[in-house]
Amino acid sequence: MRIIVCIKQVPGTSKVEMDPETGVLKRSGVDSKMNPYDLYALETAFRVKEQVGGSVIVVTMGPPQAQAVIKEAYMMGADEGYLVSDPKFVGSDVLATSFTLSQAIRKIGGFDLIICGKQTTDGDTAQVGPELAELLGIPHVAWVKNIYEVSNDKIIVEQDLAESYEVVEMGYPCLITIEKDIYQPRLPSYKLKLATAERAVNILTHKDLEEADDSLFGLEGSPTQVERIFPPEVKREQFLWEGAPDELVEKIVEKLHETKFV
Amino acid sequence: MTYRRVTEADVGVLETICPGRTYFGEEIHDDFSHDEMVEYGKYAPEVVVEVLNTAEVSAIMKYAYQNDLPVTPRGSGTGLCGGAVPIHGGIILSLAKMNRILEIDEENTTVTTEPGVLLMDLAKAVADRDLLYPPDPGEKSATIGGNVMTNAGGMRAVKYGVTRDYVRGMEVVLPNGEVIEVGGKVAKNSSGYSLKDLFIGSEGTLGIITRLTLKLIPLPKRTVSLLIPFNDLEACIDAVPKIIMAKVVPTAIEFMEKEVIEAAEKYLGKHFPDKSANAYLLLTFDGNSAAEVESQMDQAAQICLDDGAVDVFISDTEERQESVWSARGAFLEAIKSSTPSMDECDVVVPRNQVARFVKYVKDLERIHQIRIRSFGHAGDGNLHVYVCKDDLSDAEWKRRLEPVMQAMYDKAGELGGQVSGEHGIGHAKTEFLRKSVGRIQLDLMKRIKLAFDPKNILNPGKVCW
Repeated sequence: MRIIVCIKQVPGTSKVEMDPETGVLKRSGVDSKMNPYDLYALETAFRVKEQVGGSVIVVTMGPPQAQAVIKEAYMMGADEGYLVSDPKFVGSDVLATSFTLSQAIRKIGGFDLIICGKQTTDGDTAQVGPELAELLGIPHVAWVKNIYEVSNDKIIVEQDLAESYEVVEMGYPCLITIEKDIYQPRLPSYKLKLATAERAVNILTHKDLEEADDSLFGLEGSPTQVERIFPPEVKREQFLWEGAPDELVEKIVEKLHETKFV
Repeated sequence: MTYRRVTEADVGVLETICPGRTYFGEEIHDDFSHDEMVEYGKYAPEVVVEVLNTAEVSAIMKYAYQNDLPVTPRGSGTGLCGGAVPIHGGIILSLAKMNRILEIDEENTTVTTEPGVLLMDLAKAVADRDLLYPPDPGEKSATIGGNVMTNAGGMRAVKYGVTRDYVRGMEVVLPNGEVIEVGGKVAKNSSGYSLKDLFIGSEGTLGIITRLTLKLIPLPKRTVSLLIPFNDLEACIDAVPKIIMAKVVPTAIEFMEKEVIEAAEKYLGKHFPDKSANAYLLLTFDGNSAAEVESQMDQAAQICLDDGAVDVFISDTEERQESVWSARGAFLEAIKSSTPSMDECDVVVPRNQVARFVKYVKDLERIHQIRIRSFGHAGDGNLHVYVCKDDLSDAEWKRRLEPVMQAMYDKAGELGGQVSGEHGIGHAKTEFLRKSVGRIQLDLMKRIKLAFDPKNILNPGKVCW
């Protein structure tokens, strides 16, 4: 089975500062890492491969330095990797990103299963996976938190729908996005680092892709306009109640209802 | 020394010193009668006072001294040898509410705190200023005052040393209520006997710390851990001297075995990132650039692979560190929850004797038919060994436990080690200390104790008494 895993390089810490004037994230000088959710996608891919055989191919879109995450995926066990990178792709929103990735994956070809993390920790949209499936014309299931069965003909997964879950069987090709904590992701291996030191990262640029129309890529291909980026407001309220345990339990439940936490 | 019982009149006086923060009789929570090792017995205090400042501590000590009331100072009560347990009853003086960080001095790179500040809060407060307080004991809800009083070392001792190395100065209330300042923000000090160093590790028997000035260092910009699987524990520990000899300096070298990791997984309900091996070394490197850390890491990784490591796994992000270190942090609790009762031994041996000691413990486990779990700081020779009761009857447990404990302390001594690396003596390990240091040293300790506390009212029955 050929499994493609989409991964992304994101800022290494959640304490990324923002330029208050421009609203742009200050990325220079900040360490980067693989999107933590993608680690679950990768781990899922390795386990599927361990069960049914095949290969794991990782794809990332980003600037040239993003090949670091491909190298890291090699250190975890990925067999092949592609960096989709071109100045023309700069400024892509969710749609342009999904489109570019779909073009890259068509170019790579021959896939059975595509696995994405549920979302990224920088964009947090959780839309690229599903959009990519639509653009490739294949079925998808998002928020997969369990794999019941996987064979060379089909995969049966459990989809987490917050208040309920659904068990879905799909044939290939198909796409799934993976919830956090499905498995504990493995750590990069130093042995694999040595073994894959010479393994190349394949680069795909705009000219390698089938679609030649520039207006579908990058900023131009992005209908989303970012007006302002700001850190989410953190509101912390504290209550101190005293009383018998029974009364306190009721108070807590009442408060949780009131604040819509339950 | 016999102590007077606490009377209602005493409580009245204490109440005027600490109004609304004096607890008597049934108001006292059961927690105050023990620490983390309930196994060493429960001893209820007669009264508990929660102090807020030095003046209150001083007033209480003055009163207790004049009235022959025993006083046991206490932080979070996370100790493991009964150091903060009032074995003679009397007053528990809780410093938990003196928990303000008073000053972070970036020019002198020091932090001045009250004793009740929790390790986790201290670490965070200084990290926010890009500074590090290096001592890092596993129990993050312990207080800094308690840490200084046991001289706990923690997991960065290989590179950075122990708590003692970071205490610059302190304000101390003496048993008779007098307040003194020892040390200060100064980096060097050759001014007479170092009373400061006597207080460190004295387990609250010589005085009560009410303010501390600690040395900080710049927070290293990068920290990476290596989780290194080996086929067996011996191979794992044998690799340690080679790493040290290669002159790479990890901040931590921890060893752990599969069974303990599995217990931690069960306890936390989380999976460890690797399960392929029987034993693991966990190394941490820090530094200011990726290149600096990487070159040390590469060297250590190569040494371990040459020495039979199955692989070397790299933990280089917050999430990965969390997945590895949360398990390491839960070992003690995990072992505890796996058995109805246990006893522990915190010996320290020279670094090159760790393998021999661990092997000896394995033999004890087999010979005495009793489950023993251990983990520890392979890099500084401090082992944490837990003997588990499991389903043994009380009588059988006692019968098997005693020779095992004695054998471990004897062996540590034979290898050039000491009774406690960081947990202290409290009241539970006094017999082992007596045997280990001998009459002359114990006598010196007693005379030091009496020089500070002629009436022996402060934390009586602990350490050397």
